[in-house]
Amino acid sequence: MQQETKGAAPGAAPAGRTRREAYEARARRRSTLVAAASTALVVLAIVTLVPLAPGWEAVNRSFFNGEVFAQTFPTLVRAFLWDLAIFAWSVPLITVIALAVALARDARSPALFPLKLFGILYTDIFRGIPVILVVYLIGFGIPGLGLPRPWNSPYIWGTVALVLTYSAYVAEIFRSGIESVHDSQRAAAASLGLSRADAMRFVVLPQAVRRVVPANMNMLIALQKDVALLSFIGPVEVLRQAGVFKSLLANFTPYVGAALIFLAVTIPATRYADYLMARQRRERS
Amino acid sequence: MLEMQAVTKAFGDNMVLDHVSLEVARGEMVCLIGASGSGKSTLLRCLNLLEPIDDGAILLDGRDISEPGLDPDPVRRRIGMVFQSYNLFPHMTAEENVMLAPRRVHGRTRADLRPEVATLFARFGLGDRMQHYPDQLSGGQQQRVAIVRALAMRPELMLFDEITSALDPELVGEVLDVLRQLRGEGMTMVLATHEMKFAADLADKICFLDAGQIAEQGPPSQIFEAPRKARTRAFLSRVL
Repeated sequence: MQQETKGAAPGAAPAGRTRREAYEARARRRSTLVAAASTALVVLAIVTLVPLAPGWEAVNRSFFNGEVFAQTFPTLVRAFLWDLAIFAWSVPLITVIALAVALARDARSPALFPLKLFGILYTDIFRGIPVILVVYLIGFGIPGLGLPRPWNSPYIWGTVALVLTYSAYVAEIFRSGIESVHDSQRAAAASLGLSRADAMRFVVLPQAVRRVVPANMNMLIALQKDVALLSFIGPVEVLRQAGVFKSLLANFTPYVGAALIFLAVTIPATRYADYLMARQRRERS
Repeated sequence: MLEMQAVTKAFGDNMVLDHVSLEVARGEMVCLIGASGSGKSTLLRCLNLLEPIDDGAILLDGRDISEPGLDPDPVRRRIGMVFQSYNLFPHMTAEENVMLAPRRVHGRTRADLRPEVATLFARFGLGDRMQHYPDQLSGGQQQRVAIVRALAMRPELMLFDEITSALDPELVGEVLDVLRQLRGEGMTMVLATHEMKFAADLADKICFLDAGQIAEQGPPSQIFEAPRKARTRAFLSRVL
């Protein structure tokens, strides 16, 4: 087996393949078979064992009712458009605020110290409070001031709550990106006579922002799900709509429908984020 | 043109430059030699105000540029610097790397800069590399782009910090050729280098640094053929 001469090996490889390729193809076939067999076994076990549970009939009726699903799903999808809308207008706001906070925390001039302090307090506070609490405090608190329409809308203040919380997280991601750019880049920019602001704008930030794209993708996926938290303060988005159906029909199937809708968005997005991260790892190595 | 007067610089307890005095005349090429950690890089970084000095003074055309609190940007525009690790901006093409500082600092437009930048690239054998990104270039090409980038600011003085040390041996020659070319054009240069033969052939003055001090300085003939100090002899016997 130690011979390395091409094609001369015992149990010779099929034409056009090296011995290594033939070996790897065999190994791949074997692991695919094992994976398929073990998956089939587990699925079989679930399918046969779970229905044996005493409450299965009831659960099946109230969570996986096909009739209820067909009746409610289209309305749920329409309600989900609200989730998408809230998401869509939150993202640009988060990007701008997070970048501003990240830069404020990086400020060096003593005149800008209040800005820096504000940046630190801001990130500390909003990263330290559960999102749902911020949603409650802002979503109920501010409309409680008795503002005229439309300024008492839970859509607005719910969005503000999400934007404030997520900006704090994203600001930290941007900051870690800024710090990851090697000092020699700043030195090169300085040696050319570029001002600190120009070095940040043209040299450091473009590299920093690119590096944290995968991390920010993960934040976006989390945000997409957290939009559902606004259901607690009023907006009739998909979770709220599912809740309405649940009370109406005394059936939990609409929740399963809502979950499927979320998955339809978050799974592709997660795969895309993974792909971006893998590509970045490849580029670095 | 440039004068260091008893410059002192320490990182914590570590004395990196210990009363260093050095003069560079216009059009002169000065080579700093010495073991790693002898202070060559720090000396260059101090000249470009990338590191503040602790004591002493640095004069550029008789004006003290080492004064604490002085705006470093105007000084740096007159002094170009090239680094061992090239430090090109990886997200920009070679051409963008070169144009950034003239555009931002001198307020010039791309269209206005293009002819002279193209001439600079062509002069250093990079005419067909302007639209490449740094990671598409060899080390020698990257380092030449870095030199072009510094030259595009029309500096009066160029600092080179071991610019061939990170290169594969077969690429060192093309970068040294660029230095020879600049020397021929009368550029004032200060180099930290390990290329002893190059320094012996081209330098007007060699400074041997040891433990943060200029142990000996003089023309190459003196330093390489008749060193006066025992530590210069010891260093040269190790590297030659």
